[in-house]
Amino acid sequence: MRYSGLKVIKEALTGHKGWRPAWRDPEPKKSYDVVIIGGGGHGLATAYYLAKNHGVTNVAVIEKGWIGGGNVGRNTTIIRSNYLLDGNEPFYELSLKLWEGLEQDFNYNAMVSQRGILNLVHTDAQRDAARRRGNAMILNGSDAELLDAEGVRAMYPFLNFNDARFPIKGGLLHRRGGTVRHDAVAWGYARGADLRGVDIIQNCEVTGFRIENGKCLGVETSKGFIGANKVASCVAGSSSRVMEKAGMRLPIESHVLQAFVSEGLKPVLDGVVTFGAGHFYVSQSDKGGLVFGGDLDMYNSYAQRGNLPVVEDVMEGGMALMPMLGRVRMLRSWGGIMDMSMDGSPFIDKTHIDGLYFNGGWCYGGFKATPASGWCYAHLLATDTPHKVAAAYRLDRFRRGCMIDEKGQGAQPNLH
Amino acid sequence: MIINHPILGPRDAQEFTYLGDASLIDRPDWQAEDAADQFHDYLYLRDNPAGEHRELWFHEQGDRSWLVVTRNTVTHEILTVELARDVARARGRSK
Repeated sequence: MRYSGLKVIKEALTGHKGWRPAWRDPEPKKSYDVVIIGGGGHGLATAYYLAKNHGVTNVAVIEKGWIGGGNVGRNTTIIRSNYLLDGNEPFYELSLKLWEGLEQDFNYNAMVSQRGILNLVHTDAQRDAARRRGNAMILNGSDAELLDAEGVRAMYPFLNFNDARFPIKGGLLHRRGGTVRHDAVAWGYARGADLRGVDIIQNCEVTGFRIENGKCLGVETSKGFIGANKVASCVAGSSSRVMEKAGMRLPIESHVLQAFVSEGLKPVLDGVVTFGAGHFYVSQSDKGGLVFGGDLDMYNSYAQRGNLPVVEDVMEGGMALMPMLGRVRMLRSWGGIMDMSMDGSPFIDKTHIDGLYFNGGWCYGGFKATPASGWCYAHLLATDTPHKVAAAYRLDRFRRGCMIDEKGQGAQPNLH
Repeated sequence: MIINHPILGPRDAQEFTYLGDASLIDRPDWQAEDAADQFHDYLYLRDNPAGEHRELWFHEQGDRSWLVVTRNTVTHEILTVELARDVARARGRSK
């Protein structure tokens, strides 16, 4: 069943009786070519591109809850390609290019909206850093414009330009950045993978790996043993817990990052604004709620909720930037578990166990990376060689001294 | 969260900064044959458990002592708080 405007009109006129489930609900087979652990954005995208780009369709995606119920359902929906380092920017640029064609590609409305991202600048040093970042972005095929204070004022006159501590001196504008409807990303990829023959197995928890003579033969699950030529872990947030079952320790800590949404307002903010000096970022959803977030809670956590001091800190950041927020009521807050890696960058790699692959350590960058992560992980699984834009995301990069420290703040999760 | 400081009594966690896994107390021997491997594991690899976790907190806004806090990472419940100095000494460190 293809979705189209015509189909929507037809269903509207005939009582919506013709819609069918977007994916099947199969029982697991005895074995697969590839078993992907984790039915989030990255796992489903991996299955989709395995089937579409490489013709590998004997694939299962195993999810312990329901698909899209983890981090892809707990983020602030922002997509962007405004990274600085060579190891990162080509990867995120590929991701943004895939976002731009995503809906036509998988025939699903993910509400990709390139409304522009503005990183504010408050000091001369920040302006220099923004100029350098903008040049790096342009060299890698992305887009960037440096605005002065008047340029920012023309876009968002309600910002607090005269803050004594952080006066706004300009901003780095990335017009192709924007937001996406996060749940639809998981659902669209699930439907696309399912249509190509991938089995999506929900409510099935992986309880262990069957590893013999250094080769992974499959996974033990709550629905029995499932054999596989290749097992691909893709469970950001739970990476340590899953890979521990294979006897691996990872350069990852789990931290909680909170996000918030306000009551619905009339349109006030058409793009995304980030306030790096105070750490606050905000956009407005299509339903009208302001969606925003700030820092990590800074200590290890699997709680999927945060604590109040960070709530206060985020609200202070918001008030410093947009004083008009003062009378807006908060509707909801939520916490996602971040796979914080030691240098702030992700992993897409084989492990030392034959047939076992790892994707994780996405820190704050998981949602925007979804298409490229799936694309590159599928490439690695199908060809056993890293994709060229993900070649730096190796597990042994700390041993080799090749960290990708995007923020230049040191080798510890609570520093970045 | 409230951290029950062994000397100062209950303190708001906001007075502290967090370093991470308390295994960082056990610094490897830099003269060992495999020191490079040991330091790689020490610096970068983590058990990262969901449940009880022993971790280092620094009382930066207080008496500037280092504490070993045993905390549940799922519920955020704090189970025990010790001075890091006492923990290190109990393991045979001289200072």
